[in-house]
Amino acid sequence: MSEGTTQHPLKIYFQVWTLLFVFSAFSYMVDWYQFQGYLRWSLILFFMMVKAGLICSIFMHMWWERLAIKLAILLPCFAILVFVYIMWHESYYTLIIRRLYFLVTGS
Amino acid sequence: MEESTSTIKVTTPPDRGAKAEWSSDQKAFKGVPWGKAMMWIFLVSDTFVFSIFLISYMTVRFSTKIDWPNTSEVFSLHVGHTSVPLLLIAIMTFILITSSGTMALAVKYGYEKNRKVSAILMLITAILGASFVGMQAFEWTKLIMEGVRPWENPFGAPQFGSIFFMVTGFHGTHVTIGVIFLFIMARKTWRGDFDKGRRGFFTSQKSNYEAIEIMGLYWHFVDLVWVFIFAFFYLW
Repeated sequence: MSEGTTQHPLKIYFQVWTLLFVFSAFSYMVDWYQFQGYLRWSLILFFMMVKAGLICSIFMHMWWERLAIKLAILLPCFAILVFVYIMWHESYYTLIIRRLYFLVTGS
Repeated sequence: MEESTSTIKVTTPPDRGAKAEWSSDQKAFKGVPWGKAMMWIFLVSDTFVFSIFLISYMTVRFSTKIDWPNTSEVFSLHVGHTSVPLLLIAIMTFILITSSGTMALAVKYGYEKNRKVSAILMLITAILGASFVGMQAFEWTKLIMEGVRPWENPFGAPQFGSIFFMVTGFHGTHVTIGVIFLFIMARKTWRGDFDKGRRGFFTSQKSNYEAIEIMGLYWHFVDLVWVFIFAFFYLW
């Protein structure tokens, strides 16, 4: 999108703004209507990703940046997912050990 | 003052692709002001800090034997006789999104050198941010009065308190710092520092309208973090 001239029309900001409001209202409604289980979690994650994507790409102008800086910012963030994966397993391991310990000691 | 249709000429070197730019001498991010690149790198590091908080939250929540408190009830407010779940948190979310929108417009008007409109929009952003911090202080007070401490709480798993104070406290600190800098930037913009090339009080460097975009990056990041906190801590 960089042809020497950068022009961000006012319209896109208002569109994104409205969308952010709508998706925030949706994610609040997930709690309001007390969706539970996988439906709740997937809806929360979906609305979260849409909002984060809109803020990052339009409000933070990531969409108009060059690939060199896009990669420098976005690629390191995938390391976080690896860490989440590791700690996810670690936490379940801790839980099993705790359950086992309290089962044996009876507390 | 109405110049919303004007175009801003930005001279950027031709894009030769990410591979060529990464392996080139001197500069990897061509056409990107150094301040903006530095702010992005800071934001990446801050992303890691907040991720570590949220990952530790995941770890303690999944590994506790005691049930996690129901945030929908803990953060409910009484309006009349009915209890509305997560009311204050929802209001805070909308306030932060509103402030993000005004900030985005401030950046746009800044690049159009419409300094008064830009300064007023930044002032509105700062006031909205300050009200967010105020509501957070109210939230903290309410929970502390109900007996929530970093080591115990009456609702469930004791880790809830420590995670709550740490995550929202760290986010609130970011918002507070943002509000302070927004007031400073609004004043500088209103005074026309970027047109006159006036040197900064602390850095003694000349600045330009890119500084508003850099400020905007920080502010949008604060909003971005709240999106994740709202999803994982309050709604999950």
